[in-house]
Amino acid sequence: MRQTPHARMGLHLNINGEEKTVTVRPADTLLDVLREHLGLTGSKPGCLNGDCGACTVIVGDLPMKSCLMLAVEAADHKIITIEGLKNTPIQKAFIEKFAFQCGYCTPGFIMNAHALISRHPQAGYETVKEWLASNICRCTGYREIEEAVMSCLRKPEMERTPKGS
Amino acid sequence: MIPYDFEYYRPASIAETVRLFWVLDHQGKSPVYYSGGTEIITLARLHLIKTGAVIDIKHIPECRALGFEQNRLVLGAALSLTKLEEANPFPLLSKTSSGVADRTARNKITLGGNLCGQIFYREAALPFLLADSQAVIAGRDGIQRRSVHDVFNGGLRLGKGEFLVQLLTERSYSGLPYVSVKKRKQWETGYPLITVSALRKEERLRVAFSGLCPFPFRSAELEEDLNRRHVPLETRIDQAVRRLPAPLLNDIEGSSEYRIFVLRNLLAEVMEEMEGR
Repeated sequence: MRQTPHARMGLHLNINGEEKTVTVRPADTLLDVLREHLGLTGSKPGCLNGDCGACTVIVGDLPMKSCLMLAVEAADHKIITIEGLKNTPIQKAFIEKFAFQCGYCTPGFIMNAHALISRHPQAGYETVKEWLASNICRCTGYREIEEAVMSCLRKPEMERTPKGS
Repeated sequence: MIPYDFEYYRPASIAETVRLFWVLDHQGKSPVYYSGGTEIITLARLHLIKTGAVIDIKHIPECRALGFEQNRLVLGAALSLTKLEEANPFPLLSKTSSGVADRTARNKITLGGNLCGQIFYREAALPFLLADSQAVIAGRDGIQRRSVHDVFNGGLRLGKGEFLVQLLTERSYSGLPYVSVKKRKQWETGYPLITVSALRKEERLRVAFSGLCPFPFRSAELEEDLNRRHVPLETRIDQAVRRLPAPLLNDIEGSSEYRIFVLRNLLAEVMEEMEGR
């Protein structure tokens, strides 16, 4: 049984390939710890309710909303935040396709899309649509975001373009 | 940020988990079982749930079981919904649970969390109600198997200190014809309105509902009406709607009248598809 003390605990986290030790409350979310304890402010607080996806990070090989995960749950996994991505295809594609406006949602979209491209490099349009529905862009730049993601995928398993386009 | 402190425990066995619950309870910590934790975190942030300790069940091997044992599908309560979708041992479950929240959230939301949560949709219950599954429940009295019809009867029926370990479903149900349709009021990503799941076994249609009442349900009387194939479809639907249990939901996502209107159309769609096969 792993037990935590009531108030604060030492926690080892592997973030962006680095081992970090932080003192946290068991009730701290991963988003709290990334931003407030480690200064990794690329993951954005949006709704804090799991709806907007602005706080998305990769845990293991899956995108996770860091507002919906306790930091202590992430202890045995490798965590990647937007700060851990350097010149990846999806980052370049976001620039080339003008896939951001105010930019607040961008880190969350990029982390989700990076996980998608890594796990499903030949994903079809329906898969992309399903994954991207996890994130909200209030500037409504969805078309450009979608184009950026599609441009990073290899030729399709199924279809590549939306029906009717 | 969650505005109060709690302790976090990660037991590795069922017995240890139950023992821990009662120790913490006697200490006055009002412990809660924690699986995906999305609802607990969300409600705790708003001070709508108060606990002094969470007990994470994700590291209990039985809660992560996924596979067929003899003639039965065994699904652990701590499996994430996307893990179930990708493994796809029960296509009706994959289809129904793929409508829960969104893809990223479903990487965290677990089967047990969806079934045991306070949010009333709990769509993952529908396939198990249709398949007459059994729930494996752990508690002070040991491990018991109960019918899902008893466990999800107008709300979740678990005793204090009990938790859901697994769902057991006869293998034959995974191959039966099914339909599952979710309707939202707004767009494809809005909050759910109604989900109807249906399955055909031995030429009889089984139907279960989420989003109509404050709990997912299946009704034998309602199914009896829908299965009178000599009666015109519209009449069957009229009769079935009269069998809905009370109270019907009436909230910002839809008035009770609007839900009934959507239900009628949805039932017609589901019946035509299932009876046409």
